[in-house]
Amino acid sequence: MTQTPLVDLRDICLSFGGVRAVDHVSIDLHAGEVVGLLGHNGAGKSTLIKILSGAYQKDSGEIRINGELADINSPRDARRYNIETIYQTLALADNLDAASNLFLGRELTTALGFVNDAQMEAETRKIMARLNPNFKKLKEPVSALSGGQRQSVAIARAVYFNAKILIMDEPTAALGVHETQMVADLIKELKAQGLGIFLISHDTREMLDLCDRVSVMKNGALVGTERVEDVTEDDILSMIIMGKNPKKAA
Amino acid sequence: MTDTSTDTTPAAPKRTLIQSLEIDLRLLGMIGAFAIVCITFNLLTEGRFLTPRNIFNLTIQTASVAIMATGMVFVIVTRHIDLAVGALLATCSAMMAMTQTTWLPQYLGLELGHPLIPWIAIAVGILTGALIGAFQGWLVGYMAIPAFIVTLGGLLVWRNVGWYLTNGQTIGPLDETYRAFGGISGTLGEFWSWIFGLVATAAALWILAASRRNKKAHGFPLKPLWAEGVVAAIVTIGIMGFIWILNSYQIPSRVLARDFAARGLEVPEGYSAAYGLPISVLLLIAVAVVMTIVARRTRLGRYIFATGGNPDAAELSGINTRLLTVKVFAIMGALCGLAALVASARLANHSNDIGTLDELRVIAAAVIGGTALSGGIGTIYGAILGALIMQSLQSGMAMVGVDAPLQNIVVGAVLVLAVLIDIIYRRRTGAG
Repeated sequence: MTQTPLVDLRDICLSFGGVRAVDHVSIDLHAGEVVGLLGHNGAGKSTLIKILSGAYQKDSGEIRINGELADINSPRDARRYNIETIYQTLALADNLDAASNLFLGRELTTALGFVNDAQMEAETRKIMARLNPNFKKLKEPVSALSGGQRQSVAIARAVYFNAKILIMDEPTAALGVHETQMVADLIKELKAQGLGIFLISHDTREMLDLCDRVSVMKNGALVGTERVEDVTEDDILSMIIMGKNPKKAA
Repeated sequence: MTDTSTDTTPAAPKRTLIQSLEIDLRLLGMIGAFAIVCITFNLLTEGRFLTPRNIFNLTIQTASVAIMATGMVFVIVTRHIDLAVGALLATCSAMMAMTQTTWLPQYLGLELGHPLIPWIAIAVGILTGALIGAFQGWLVGYMAIPAFIVTLGGLLVWRNVGWYLTNGQTIGPLDETYRAFGGISGTLGEFWSWIFGLVATAAALWILAASRRNKKAHGFPLKPLWAEGVVAAIVTIGIMGFIWILNSYQIPSRVLARDFAARGLEVPEGYSAAYGLPISVLLLIAVAVVMTIVARRTRLGRYIFATGGNPDAAELSGINTRLLTVKVFAIMGALCGLAALVASARLANHSNDIGTLDELRVIAAAVIGGTALSGGIGTIYGAILGALIMQSLQSGMAMVGVDAPLQNIVVGAVLVLAVLIDIIYRRRTGAG
């Protein structure tokens, strides 16, 4: 781990009113690596990740991308650093079709500046053929799609725009078994392509399967970061619940 | 799931007529409702409702509300509401009336009747509307005051700002060129109406052809050619039929005699002329085309609908939803200015109560036209049809001699019923 990390979050703090939602947390992420974030609801995982994705602004600390100080104040800034986020709530506009959602905020336009729906639909067909060959409902609003199909629209958005850093906040929470497997395969494929991925999930076993390292948070603070081969599921659980690693404490 | 056919195979075998034509079912429903209203009143009035004269009057009575309804679609789609449009119309109308009758002649020394006066006045009115609209949008977007409250306040404020501008007086008569935007005193005449019809038909057919070419270029499924032909025929007959009806409304001989007398001439033997397309309706058509292009073909429109569908998703996609709110209300305001031009030009003067209750007519038109108050759904043509249905009901009942209180009861009931039907339709089709 001597090379420059892709993402380096250093000493990040954020308070809401009197509550320290994120308390001096430092985490890094390398290219081709999956780092899992674990913790109870309200432990601060989603808040931390939203600072990186530009949805929240940090109070203090610094974000470095490829070793250089990054200034991220909005989701648009984050996109400029090739950071893409797949939210728990599947941030899709339900009334629009898949192509409009995929290109939302970055529409392809014609020479006259009008949105080019035909080209966007063609591009969507191409990428969907790769990600989810069963995907056929291109004309319908995404509200008519299943959870897995909606998730593939969200993932397609990240893949299409050449994300270098991918943030996935409970990507499988709303999915069935088959669809969860599909997302897991996709995560492995994206990792092999050299993306750095932050993964948030409550499913400890899934995390140990997909991640290279896991970071555990509790009450806004970082409990610890471990390589998955160094810990067991029980170790992780006690880190989440007790706030300490039994092996280290012993 | 074992279906191996690819997406690009054209036209699956089992398709109904409507599906082949790819006509919006809701549009069809609204046109059907409109046709029922028209036919019913035509029977009740023994054929007086569907005369060229009455259709002409209907279109010019609808124009002002319909222009504002197109803007209300954007406002409601982004999950807001604008209760101040009637009051804003009054302020814009007061600004335009004062500009042309008092301010320009007094301060800039332009003689009454100067050719620049109407145009400056119109610009002032539209700008006033856009600025006040933008201000209200700023209060909603940046100050996070609910649009209902901001515009409820605006409803009380703007009409009375208009009152102070004119000291409560009725201002008139307005400039002659200005009045041409009102309806009967400004029409294209028979020849130019036909020309307009031909150009509009050609443009519509060209758009149909271009869209087919574009689909073909990307290998998307195409409509069968006969279906394209049917749609093209419907469009052509619709446009040219409308022009034909308006061109059938002959200028009464006493009006002709007066016009010729004003120029020191006599009406030649057997001479007749038709009104043709009113300029106010031409304005409405232009607004409808521009607003439809904005809604469907620009990023602004895409963001308006995305924000209405899921404000959080829009925000996270990097859309500046606050600035978007300002833009939407500014567009609404500018359209109020335009509607004020049409309304005051039709009355030939500005009175303080101009546009009273228009906010309700405009919202009702948008909602009857299928705009969902929950946001994200609505069409420009729907709002215009909605305005037309409302106006037809109102003037139809007046012609039949229905008591005024009952007229309002019927219109109110129709509004609620229209929304109920729309909700049931959406539940059945699973859309929205």
